[in-house]
Amino acid sequence: MIWQFDIIILIFLVVTAVIALRVKDLLGASMIFGIYSFLICLLWAEMGAVDVAFTEAAVGAGVSTVIMIATVFSTTRRSKD
Amino acid sequence: MKFFGLLSVIIVGSLLLSATKDFPDWGDQDSPANEGPVSSFYIEKTEEKTKVPNMVTAVLADYRGYDTMFETVVIFIAGIGIIAVLRTYGNNDSTPKNQVGDEGAGLLAKITCSLILPFIQLFALYVVAHGHHSPGGGFQGGVMLGASYILLALAYGLARAKSCFSEKRTLVFAAVGIIIYVGWGVLCLIMGKEFLNYSALDSILPGGVEMARSHSMLAVEIGVALTVTAVMFSMFSNLSTKGRLDKGL
Repeated sequence: MIWQFDIIILIFLVVTAVIALRVKDLLGASMIFGIYSFLICLLWAEMGAVDVAFTEAAVGAGVSTVIMIATVFSTTRRSKD
Repeated sequence: MKFFGLLSVIIVGSLLLSATKDFPDWGDQDSPANEGPVSSFYIEKTEEKTKVPNMVTAVLADYRGYDTMFETVVIFIAGIGIIAVLRTYGNNDSTPKNQVGDEGAGLLAKITCSLILPFIQLFALYVVAHGHHSPGGGFQGGVMLGASYILLALAYGLARAKSCFSEKRTLVFAAVGIIIYVGWGVLCLIMGKEFLNYSALDSILPGGVEMARSHSMLAVEIGVALTVTAVMFSMFSNLSTKGRLDKGL
């Protein structure tokens, strides 16, 4: 575990989390959510939890992003609030 | 109202942050999770008793077999729930108009996907089959296999993906996965031990008691993978077409 690497990933995590909440475009928000999942996946892999990292990459960054984008296309693209 | 929301977020956040310093350090040998006899048993005896080097999978599929079985059932119920809520039958007056847009993505995306799809599926099958020796297992491999069909639907249109993986086949796969898992447990029951006690199967599987447990983990992982593959694809196809299953994204 390299703490400098950790700090960088954690800063990016907070930034992507805030952006995903603030951005009005729901398509962009779901893509940023995918980036967030991938950063968490990096964090798990770095801590040695490779199985969890694998699941996060496959489910969080992969399929759930696609499913969220599919849902955005069925609703409106702009967030009201 | 926004002010109270911010206030509660700050209070709860500061409480959580103040609690984080009580966590054990990363890799701490004296952490509470390591104190009991259970985790040291898993760490020391897993490879000896089950011949499985990846102890995460051994705990997931063997020691905590019930947990994984009902997780698979939860995924199955989620898929059934999405079908029950979204799927609409009949009243397809808008179908001809929608079918026009179902030729998928452009040429470059089609060629790239057709080149990359076999490798994704091969790797997914490897992850399922090798899950008890390396990171991975039924959930991850199943999700990747489902994602490969989603990619097919995105690139070539949903009709092409449905010709490989029709709705009926999806439901059959999802149910067969659970039947494999539960059936394996019942098989242990028939052979005279407890439900999901894989060591009962040493007389019908080759390689003794330890290898019987190893092979049984592979069998239940295949069941999990079938259910997860089917449910992921059915979730995507229902969500992207608002339950009409006629035209993808």
